Amino acid sequence: MRVVIAEDLALLREGLIQLLQAHDFTVVAALDNGPDLHTALTEHKPDVAVVDVRLPPTFTDEGLQAAIAARTQIPGLPILVLSQHVEQLYARELLSDDTGGVGYLLKDRVFDVGQFIEAVRRVADGGTAMDPAVISQLLARQDQSGPLAQLTPREHEVLAEMAEGRSNSAIAGRLYITEKAVSKHINNIFTKLDLPPSSDDSRRVLAVLAYLNGQ
Amino acid sequence: MATAPHRRAGHPTTLAYLFLLLSQNIAALLLLPLIIISAVLTLTWVGLPFVILTGTLLRTLADSQRRTLAHLLPNPPTPSAYRPIPPAGITRRSATIITDPATWKDILWLISGAANIAIIAIPATLLAHGTFQLLFALGLTGPTLYGFYTPTTTLHQLLTLAPSALLLTLSYLLLPPATNLYLRFSHLLLSPSEKARLTARVAHLATSRANTIDTQTAEIRRIERDLHDGAQARLVALGMNLGMAEHIVEQDPQAARAMLTQARETTRHALTELRDLVRGIQPPVLVERGLHGAVHALALTHNLPITVTIDLHGRPADPVESAAYFAIAELLTNTAKHAHATHAWVHINHGRNRLVITITDNGTGGATPTPGSGLAGIRRRLDAFDGTMNTTSPPGGPTIVTLEIPCALSSPKTLPSSEKA
Repeated sequence: MRVVIAEDLALLREGLIQLLQAHDFTVVAALDNGPDLHTALTEHKPDVAVVDVRLPPTFTDEGLQAAIAARTQIPGLPILVLSQHVEQLYARELLSDDTGGVGYLLKDRVFDVGQFIEAVRRVADGGTAMDPAVISQLLARQDQSGPLAQLTPREHEVLAEMAEGRSNSAIAGRLYITEKAVSKHINNIFTKLDLPPSSDDSRRVLAVLAYLNGQ
Repeated sequence: MATAPHRRAGHPTTLAYLFLLLSQNIAALLLLPLIIISAVLTLTWVGLPFVILTGTLLRTLADSQRRTLAHLLPNPPTPSAYRPIPPAGITRRSATIITDPATWKDILWLISGAANIAIIAIPATLLAHGTFQLLFALGLTGPTLYGFYTPTTTLHQLLTLAPSALLLTLSYLLLPPATNLYLRFSHLLLSPSEKARLTARVAHLATSRANTIDTQTAEIRRIERDLHDGAQARLVALGMNLGMAEHIVEQDPQAARAMLTQARETTRHALTELRDLVRGIQPPVLVERGLHGAVHALALTHNLPITVTIDLHGRPADPVESAAYFAIAELLTNTAKHAHATHAWVHINHGRNRLVITITDNGTGGATPTPGSGLAGIRRRLDAFDGTMNTTSPPGGPTIVTLEIPCALSSPKTLPSSEKA
């Protein structure tokens, strides 16, 4: 899989390159600033890009801007955004084009190599990878008397796992239940939240995220 | 709501303010006997409390007229600059009032009030007579005009329309310049001398500088404590864990592995703490997106639904943005904690060289900026920028807080937006 990396701290950039190469990714470009990133994304059209939000020259949100701009030119271009902090605002912007292939994770998530690689693969496949911090904030903000209150605690857990972007089998593995049970919970969730059922995993996640975002 | 003064008020509003100004002048004239009594009594010791009473009343009245003038005159509003009255001691307090040149200037304003009223009285008299004659011509008053002219025919009666029209036109023509003259004269009499203005300014700057330094020192102390007890301590633990793992990795790989897992957890905790600390110093989203993005981001994570409207053509300077952001954040936290509100509104715009922020909620009200409260803290921090905070929070709500910070905007970039979070 061809990957573009954008990270301005050399230590972290080298770490990411080694990590991804060790998991059979081919790093086609590794850069340290916003303008170069934009060129690399549109020229290489990688299978996935791992991008730091804050990059030179302005050290603001250049990485995010470049990612969003590239995705308007190439819809669905898979990009995983990494950051020292997560903002609902940025998550919303990344999700706003309603095509999959986006991820938004805290840099800490790199610690758990297995899960991080899984997230990169998921984004590359057109899925989503949202940081648990984003999802828990979204869930906490929902009206306590709204439809979400009708969910059982187990359905709540499944909803959170699904919103982060995990597949049925991954959710089953993490919650120690069968895949069949997972899909039953998901059906219940969709009925209770009055969302249109969908067999496509990534469409389903996007519907849930849109619901939680109040869009 | 405490709004910015209206510079171009409509005619009815101007008229209402004019009446207010005149009644202030009349009230001030009524103070004159009191002032004379105090002056006479001061010859003996008995008069001193009277001086304090009349002096305070005079200041209050003059200040109320200054505030009213601010609604009608262009910038800057007529400032008030008195020497602060000491909190205790009859002799010291009365002495401060007597020796303050501003007191004497106020007395001059009070006496000139008579002349001031006369300026307005001229067109007002013309208007009254004109109206009276008009009513007479229309047969709406008695048969005799001014007690001596009794017209016999309708034509004669209608003839009084001519002087009436003349008087009304004159009053219409005279009223605006007379008002203008009246306002200017009042402004001149109430403006403090340059020296008094500067003295008051220096006193204010000294206080706000001391407050700024205090606030900053407390802030740095808090950061030091958080780093010392938080991230620093965790890094020590992390180092220990790694050292021990290294030591036993050959003999007991299983235990070493557990230690490494623990080290990873400790790193995660340290990062979380550092992240929270950074957020408290300068939220990254404020650096990345400015006040516009940061306030929207704040609204998105808040417990209450918050409607944000921002109309800024450019960005304020960094320190102003930061102060404004933290003030908004603290006010919204207050709302969530105490107001029992179900919705809040944040409105930000910029006009007349001021950043104006209004925060409203539909809660139960009763918020007061008592000393030591969060509201008082916000006011103190805004003071460093010559900013002000006004709260309106009657019992039963709603609560409206208006912040104004003088500042210019940089880079003319249009960022109008309205978004419901």
